[in-house]
Amino acid sequence: MSNDTLTYVTEEMRSAQGKWGGTRTAPPITETDIRRWAMATYYPQQPPRIYWDADYAATTQWGGIVAPPDFNPFAWPVERPRGGSPGVSGRRPDGKPLTGMNGGQTDTYGVPMRPGDVVSARSRLLDWWEREGRLGHTLYVRTEIEWRNQDDELVRTRMSISIRY
Amino acid sequence: MAIDFDKVALGDKLPEWSRRTGFAEWNRYAAVNEEFVPFHMDDEAGRRAGNEQGAFGMGNLRYAYIVNALRDWIGDDGIVREVGCQYRAINQKNDVLTVVGEVTEKTVVDGENRVRLDINVVNQDGGVTCPGHAVVVLP
Repeated sequence: MSNDTLTYVTEEMRSAQGKWGGTRTAPPITETDIRRWAMATYYPQQPPRIYWDADYAATTQWGGIVAPPDFNPFAWPVERPRGGSPGVSGRRPDGKPLTGMNGGQTDTYGVPMRPGDVVSARSRLLDWWEREGRLGHTLYVRTEIEWRNQDDELVRTRMSISIRY
Repeated sequence: MAIDFDKVALGDKLPEWSRRTGFAEWNRYAAVNEEFVPFHMDDEAGRRAGNEQGAFGMGNLRYAYIVNALRDWIGDDGIVREVGCQYRAINQKNDVLTVVGEVTEKTVVDGENRVRLDINVVNQDGGVTCPGHAVVVLP
């Protein structure tokens, strides 16, 4: 049964569309953060030396340890910003809160992240669409997220799709 | 160890990169990414989120596997410039996930030797879980 009037799009989303939000800044990246990330994503095998062996890394094009491109310096903030993306507070017709899931992303990488780097992020809602899916009425939201380091060099641009159902 | 741009041909295959995934892998990823979402940690929460088999793996971990497969292929003389993927199927417990890829384009852009690949992460049944693409820079 279709419901033409059902929408999970909120006024908050409409007013935020296209506007860059505030900048968030991550704690400085440490060698240990990078080593643990690489060990977790390569588990149970040993990660490449570029991610944990400073002497070896000094001999490469990077001149020192770099983080894996997918490394997230924003994990484990002491103070967590409230909310998240605008408009996740919707409810399903059965009264349950919406479930959010990661739909995919495209990342373009600039300079690598290194120990000591302080990365800042800003994001904006680009657009969204809705359809009836396997999990019922489903909202897809596209967000652009930009990361820069302490020298204002572009680290990463992410186009992200989140799913809410 | 490094691969050379001139020796890469259209149709070349990315060396396959595999991991068997379950709580040992998911919990480690949850710890480093602070991704403690109930449906990744608890079978009951997984079923509540619509997956009858219970807890399921993170899309971000499959993304990491793609990045790792690229790094292992290009070595430390290469650069991962772009990676994109969609999360199409659920990563169930004990799935053996394999990153596969094929070279689709070679270009020189801004002085960079760029190689584009179609990428996917397939499970032990040949199920396609994560179609996407990547661009790497080679010496």
